[in-house]
Formats: sequence, structure tokens, C-alpha cells
Amino acid sequence: MDIDLEPIGLIDAPIYHKYHASSSRAITPFLHAIKRGELMGHLSSATGKVLFPPLGACPESGEPTSQPVILKDSGTVIGFTTVHLPIPGSKLIPPFTVANILLDGADQACSHLISECDLNDVAIGMRVQAVWRPEEEWDFGLENIEYFKPTGEALVDIDQLQTECLAAAEQRKQEAK
Amino acid sequence: MREVAIVGYAQSPQVRQERVLNEVEILMPEIDKALADAGMTMDEIDFVCSGSCDYIAGGAFSFVGAVDALGATPCKMESHVEMDAAWALYEAWIKIQAGEIKTALIYGFGKSSVGQLPDVLSQQLDPYYMAPLWPDTISLAALQANVLMQSGRYNENDFANVVVDSRRKAKSNSNAQLAGDLKASDLLTAPYIASPLRRHDCCPITDGASVLIICEKSALPNNGKRPAMIRGMDHRMEVHQLGLRRLDDSVSSTQALAQVTAQSGISVDQYDIAELYAPFSPQTLILRDALGLDDSVDINPSGGPLAGHIMMSAGLDRFGMSYRAIQNGVDRALCHATSGPCLQHNLVAAVEGV
Repeated sequence: MDIDLEPIGLIDAPIYHKYHASSSRAITPFLHAIKRGELMGHLSSATGKVLFPPLGACPESGEPTSQPVILKDSGTVIGFTTVHLPIPGSKLIPPFTVANILLDGADQACSHLISECDLNDVAIGMRVQAVWRPEEEWDFGLENIEYFKPTGEALVDIDQLQTECLAAAEQRKQEAK
Repeated sequence: MREVAIVGYAQSPQVRQERVLNEVEILMPEIDKALADAGMTMDEIDFVCSGSCDYIAGGAFSFVGAVDALGATPCKMESHVEMDAAWALYEAWIKIQAGEIKTALIYGFGKSSVGQLPDVLSQQLDPYYMAPLWPDTISLAALQANVLMQSGRYNENDFANVVVDSRRKAKSNSNAQLAGDLKASDLLTAPYIASPLRRHDCCPITDGASVLIICEKSALPNNGKRPAMIRGMDHRMEVHQLGLRRLDDSVSSTQALAQVTAQSGISVDQYDIAELYAPFSPQTLILRDALGLDDSVDINPSGGPLAGHIMMSAGLDRFGMSYRAIQNGVDRALCHATSGPCLQHNLVAAVEGV
């Protein structure tokens, strides 16, 4: 008899929790810096690498990091994809291009949007420059940068870039000792 | 059974509210301290296992962020339980028993201060019949305490005496959150939170992290410390629905202990101390009876969870505290951890100094 009952696919049992979260020793200075329009990374003294955005731990060595390094707002595309599907809840209208960008002086890529160009022209090795929102709109987040745009410089050989980054990191590591 | 020893331990300060550090930042220094305590380096750790729950601090994938604190290059063999880290210890112990690894680092962390822990924990209840009612952990523990009182074995004065004992012993634990000399008669004048429980009957809200290191006997570090051998470990779970089990008893603890006694050959009267994860004072009495502990066993010499309760590592801390007691001359410790509402799931272990 029970198998004749209509299956119930929905019951009303809302779950809500309130949290009074705070950022962290590493993230708080980063957020204050970006509010001023500065991009703050951390130097890992164990590896000599500059981590951006900083999490307070060097994933390679497990050592805590705290030494701030202010980075330029230009970098190199080391990977990208063009998204053609709308993302639920997102203000972005497809198609749009998301890239992994290695900021100049950093050893760890961060993700951001690429715009002001034909998306078909985006390429690995492309040099890009941040386009900031108007200063009065700056808040505690990477959204202060609206997107990155190509600089028009020649493409960078990213294998060579990697070699240079590793050499620079090694030098910083030796200096830290 | 392979012989396994606890060889290192560290616990962060137990604080009511950590305002600056996030969970990973609380954890990181403790990993270094535990390794230093063991006289080992991260390279010597075969397996890392953690216990945490993202609902505690409301941050998605916080346990993955914690892997950064390990230095996951080269990659680590890693696992995680959404349970107290005592169960992460169990997983690591089983892995050693299976011969897969020789050393393991276990950690647990919780930053309960940012959420409403008693309400958050209602999410672990049955989703159709219980969770929609939002019964908080304190109310459920009070329900259990009332059943215990109805049995005629204990009263509110006994509950207060458990608290007096905890706070007094916690005076010798420099990391305790709550310690001091209290009087049961004073405690009994406090208002109820959920009758018959008063504020002091409940474990405090604590932010913190703990790290424990275990080794198979052949891999013991030569650190001059006294290894604390895990002679046996077992855990048993009772039914989910509170109405289907006896709340004034802990049958699963009794059964787990029987298994541990068979594994270890240590009878219950041979324990010097017992570190019990009883987050509410009446549960200390329920567990004492279920485990058959008499007055010769010093219960929670560290102060226990009523003196500091890092959600998700308070069970692991029972092992850490026992390891420390063994460094200070105790020979045999019974360790207990619990999970779920009203002592639903219980883990028992025998730890012996050699």
C-alpha cells in the first residue's frame, strides 16, 4: 500500500547560521592594502618566493609568512579560459575571459578577468595591466581591480619567465639566510 | 597488534575568543611545537590526518586551507574526518595496524567563537524528525541530565561537584581556560540555562588547535621522552534517534572498553587516570559508571573539557593530556572521546607509559 503514496520531493526545513567571522593575521593587512590601491604579497623566507594573494602560510615549506611585498599591478597571462555559460548569481555576462595572471615580482598566479580586447586574442604569455575602478569605489577586495587589459607588449615565453622567477626566488632565499 | 606510541603533542592556548588569527594560523605553530616535542621533522611523517568541521567557523573548505600549514610539497598522504580528531587518530592507528605507515601526525582545530556552537551542532541530528526542531546541544544534554536524575543515582549537587573538581584540577594545567576554587553550594545558586543544567555544567566555548604525533614501535624517535603506548582502541556508535536509547547510560562506552580490555590486557582497576571527553558535567558521571571507574582512578586531572573545550580536538586532547601525564609519572591512562549528541558515539583507548 505504501508504495502507492506520492513521493515527497520537497519539505520545508530551512537552515540558517549566523557567524561573526573576522579575517586573519595575514589577510587583514592584505585587505587594508588593497583598500589603498596596493597589491600586497608575502615573501616566504623558506623558499624566497613571493606569494600573492597571501594566506599566511607557505604551502611549499609549511612555514608561516608575514613579510609584506608590494607588487606592481602588471603581469603575464599564464593560463586562461573563455566562459560561455552564465554563472548563477554572477553579474558577469558571457562570454568573458578568466585568466591566471602572474603579477610582476610574484611567484604564484592569481585569477582575474581580461577585457578591453577581442577575447580571441588572449594568449598565454600576454602582458596585462590592471584597470582599477574609480578610487571612491575602492573597498576591501580584489574587485577594486575591474579587470586586466593587454598592454600591447610582445608575448612572453613563460618557460623562460619561470626560469627567471625561480632564479630570482633562489637569490631572495639566499639573501634571507 | 602492532605497538604504537604517542611521541609528541602540542595544544594552542585555549581561549574564549581568538580575535586575530584564523584557524590555520592558530594551528601552524602547534604543528612545529608537536614536531619539536617528538624530536621529529615533517619529512619523517608518513601520514597526516585531521578532524574538523566547516560548520564551526562557517568557512568552506577550511580543512583544505590547513594543508598549507603542512608544507604539502612534496605531496602528503592526507586524510580528514568530519569528526573529533580522536577519530583521525583512530584512522592513523588503523593505518599503522595495516602496515601502510609507521608515523602519523594528527590534528584538530575549531574556532567556535565565531558561530553559535550549540545551534550549529543541531545540524548533526536526523534531518527529518530532529534537525527541523533545532534542538541545541545544551538542551539535549539537559534532557539527558534529567533522565539521569530521574534514575535516582545523581542530583544537581553531584553535577556541581564534578565542576568543582574540574576547575580545581585545572589549576595545575597552564593551558586551561577555566580554573579555580569554587564551592558547589555557590554554583547551585546560579540560574539554569536549561534545567537542570547551569552555565558551569556546560563546557566553555573555546578557540584553539591541537596536534598529536604517533609512531609504530620500530620508528620511535630517540628523543629521551617516555613513549605512551596505545595498548588498545575501539569505538562504538549508538542509534541516531535519542528516543531509542538509554540516555542515563553509555552502552557504547562499555562495549568499547570491553574490546580495549581484551586488546590491552589492562583491567579497569589498573588505570591511574582517565581523561574523559564529557562536555557536560552529568556526562562525566554517566561515563564513570559505564566504564566502571572507581575513586582510585583520577578522572580528568587536566581539568577535562569543562576547563577548556576545543570543538573537534577535545577528544584528541584527552590523548595529549594522558601523554603528558605519562611524562610526569603516571603509568596507565584510559582515554575517551565522544561525538554526536548525548554521548551517541564513543571511543575508548588504553595508553601506557613504558
